[in-house]
Amino acid sequence: MPKDQGLMSWKELAPGMYILEPGNSAKFKTGDWRSHRPVLDKEKCIKCGQCYLLCPEPAYEPNEEGYYICNLYYCKGCGICAAICPKGAITMVLEEA
Amino acid sequence: MGKRVAKEVSIAVADAVAQCRVDVISAYPITPQTHIVEHLAELVNNGELDAEYIPVESEHAAMSACIGAAAAGARTFTSTSSQGLLFMYENLPIASAFRLPIVMVIANRSISAPISIWNDHSDVMTTRDFGWIQTFAENGQEAVDLVYHAYRVAEKCLLPVAVNLDGFIVTHVVEPIEMLDQELVDKYLPPLKMKYKLDPKKPITMGAIGVPEIYTEAKKALDEAVKASYKMVVQAWKEFEKISGRRYQPVETYRMEDAEVAMVIMGSLAETACNAVDELRAKGKKVGLIRFRLWRPFPMQDFLKAIGRVKALCVVDRAVSHASTGGPVGIEVRSALYQSNKRPRVVNFIAGLSGRDVTKDDFIELFERTFEAISKKPKFSYEIYGVKE
Amino acid sequence: MLVEIRIHGRGGQGGVTSAELIAISAIHQGKYAQAFPSFGPERRGAPVQAFARISDSRIRTREKIYNPDVILVLDASLPKIVKVTQGLNEDGIAILNTSYSEKEVREMLGGYKGKLALLDATKIALEVLGLPITNTTMLGAFIKATGLVDLEAMKDALRERFGRLADKNIAALERAIAETKIY
Repeated sequence: MPKDQGLMSWKELAPGMYILEPGNSAKFKTGDWRSHRPVLDKEKCIKCGQCYLLCPEPAYEPNEEGYYICNLYYCKGCGICAAICPKGAITMVLEEA
Repeated sequence: MGKRVAKEVSIAVADAVAQCRVDVISAYPITPQTHIVEHLAELVNNGELDAEYIPVESEHAAMSACIGAAAAGARTFTSTSSQGLLFMYENLPIASAFRLPIVMVIANRSISAPISIWNDHSDVMTTRDFGWIQTFAENGQEAVDLVYHAYRVAEKCLLPVAVNLDGFIVTHVVEPIEMLDQELVDKYLPPLKMKYKLDPKKPITMGAIGVPEIYTEAKKALDEAVKASYKMVVQAWKEFEKISGRRYQPVETYRMEDAEVAMVIMGSLAETACNAVDELRAKGKKVGLIRFRLWRPFPMQDFLKAIGRVKALCVVDRAVSHASTGGPVGIEVRSALYQSNKRPRVVNFIAGLSGRDVTKDDFIELFERTFEAISKKPKFSYEIYGVKE
Repeated sequence: MLVEIRIHGRGGQGGVTSAELIAISAIHQGKYAQAFPSFGPERRGAPVQAFARISDSRIRTREKIYNPDVILVLDASLPKIVKVTQGLNEDGIAILNTSYSEKEVREMLGGYKGKLALLDATKIALEVLGLPITNTTMLGAFIKATGLVDLEAMKDALRERFGRLADKNIAALERAIAETKIY
């Protein structure tokens, strides 16, 4: 029989199970769900930002040069960015075991 | 001492709510609750009460508005009856789980179908498991006092409170009521300050998902909070006694000394039942009466103490729990007894559905049938009383 | 002592208001009282009842009233369609708005032999208020016939309820006290 599957004691919960730390979902790592990782070819990229707009996490952020870079802490490897990219600049590459 | 007034109970209840300086009222009118919210709307409209009155399209929205307002730190009020309460249904457990000190007056009315606007307890009994504190008034004075008390308790315990009063037979009666002086109300109810609330300057999350790893703990925490509210309920009545001179306790008893048979009942019919007790006592019958003023948290120890050494309990329910083991109060009472060593016979009747009058003579008959049951075990686990065959 | 009162009127004639004014006056005098309508939907024009109880001690019942000590009939046409004396206590009193004689009223009530108080309230209401609304006028008959509430307490209650319209109602009530005949 599995026992004590809880995350924390009921006594430690804030009243009403409130979450008192704003934006704490940013801490939640989804990067380890990934089997494939997106790799960007800057030669082909036209900085259209569709990967940024359509990423469900959203893991993409623009850098100083205007390229959209995937944050692998969040990227689940769904491949939407690669599928949507009009220039075929993103390739999904198998993560090494 | 407060002012003794002659008022329709609904109006007095609304005045008491106004005295509690509510910030937000949101309600949808439904008989027999209507006069309460109409009068509050009037007070707001006349500028006599500085509050937001949010008229809504349904009771579902009324409770939603109260939840939102209370989450933002407002003192809130709503009131409803019957189908209105049922329409609020999915929001009621959220109010308690969010630990919001909402106060609601339920003008108790039977539920459809057949459609009926008259009084019984079948509306509120559907909500007994939601973690709301629930009290039942016997008369207008108590209805008003339970409103003051509800805010005190709600805000101390951070739990919603439902004050129940019988539709029409309490709500629509003009009777003498002593209102508390405003300064005493203010003393009893300091301004609401919530430690956690929805505030853009200090954001928090309410209503996060309860995954299997946390839901059980969340429910346990709420359960402990509702159980722990008992102390504050009693404490708030003690504080109330100091300012009003009126004494309230979770379980009320009437002539229970040496009683052999006790009636167990909630709400205003207890008044009529007391007359039956007096009449039977005058004939030498050892009868008494027990009334639950507090229904949630269930005052088990008070109840077990109140029954003394009775041989039988006549539990009069005002709602049907179809094809179960009894009416809601009957089930609760039997269950409480099982956890003690006391084993009086429990005879459970369901009476006064949809405002059908239960007279003193009816109560005498119920007592007599309970006396018979002491020696002869009844063949029913509950009986709907007064049915025309 | 507990006195129970049943008021007969038609929906919209102020029967409930009469019951409330009786209770309010009694409470203001320091007595205990209850007033309540016949619970249910409101139906203008239909025969309706309202109830009141007055007592020197706390009233502890939520029963309906089955055997009133006093019945007060606001509408002269009602006794023909409703048995207004139903359940009236033997030593109770029936107070009626009527232009008929005592003998005619007793016949109309099916040979009623108990106490009776009669007043042509419709006439007074039309003359004083300009409306055939008899509830406040009949309260005068009630005070005269029963003495259960004080005139002054009733006047205060009328002022509280009707504001600037109270004076006319008080005038009608006082005339009613003068003209009510008790048999």
